[in-house]
Amino acid sequence: MPAKAGVVVFPGSNCDHDLYHVLKNVIGADTEFLWHKDGSIGDRNLIFLPGGFSYGDYLRCGAIARFSPIMKDVVRFANSGGVVVGICNGFQVLCEAGLLPGALLVNESLQFVCRTVTLKVENNKSIFTADYGIKEEISIPVAHGEGNYFCDDDTLQDLISNNQILLTYSDNPNGSLMNIAGIQNRNRNVMGLMPHPERASEQVLGGTDGRAFFTSIVSSFD
Amino acid sequence: MYKSKISISVRKNILDPQGKAVEHSLKSMGFGAILDTRIGKYIELTIDAGSEEEARKLSEDACRKLLANPVMEDFSITVEKEGGKS
Repeated sequence: MPAKAGVVVFPGSNCDHDLYHVLKNVIGADTEFLWHKDGSIGDRNLIFLPGGFSYGDYLRCGAIARFSPIMKDVVRFANSGGVVVGICNGFQVLCEAGLLPGALLVNESLQFVCRTVTLKVENNKSIFTADYGIKEEISIPVAHGEGNYFCDDDTLQDLISNNQILLTYSDNPNGSLMNIAGIQNRNRNVMGLMPHPERASEQVLGGTDGRAFFTSIVSSFD
Repeated sequence: MYKSKISISVRKNILDPQGKAVEHSLKSMGFGAILDTRIGKYIELTIDAGSEEEARKLSEDACRKLLANPVMEDFSITVEKEGGKS
């Protein structure tokens, strides 16, 4: 069955339209928005949680979005093997929801970091990175104040031994453990990443290194 | 009525960059005796509960489910009876 993407819109999401545009117009996937108050993801079989500042980042980034009505169905969908991707704030929401291990702390520098970074593809045997080469270096922008990935030692060992670390920073902008930029869950159907591939999918925006991220995911449905 | 006072801080083994920055500032001002600075959050809940124990249990539940993230934060709770109108 072809991919039917759903981009969840929380109050405070601000990368939702970028994601929608790239999925629909650049990649050509069937794409719809999903409102945070909806109780169900409907006929969507590929869910994206976009970047932004859901619920103003009150309390902790992603902490309140995680309890919005649609998330109950997103968690059910993910736990039944459905593909869910969280970018930036979406990654924070996935960690808060317990769909990914660990948490994203405030950047070590205490600064909001907004620049293009170099990432290394650590594992390309995932549905999220299959169209990249192994150890390929790609340029993708980051824009976050809380992207410092942290987990306890046991969880980190799990991430390593299960090849869950998909992307690392070549030049770490936030102090994350082991330069982690993006991870997948143990079942390999949920991924979170801090960088914004949707901001690097068209030459007019300065680069297209993010496009393979979306083609990997969408073509895994064919 | 009970008032629950909750303090939440980054776990001891995690670097608290905000606390460190303030600590450096305090040291440079001459507060040499201050050895460690941690910055956290303070939350007050007013709770309609039958007993202090019930108010505490409810506060702990709220902390575990939403107010604190156990991956990166510790919390402590003090419960007080609100004056006169229990």
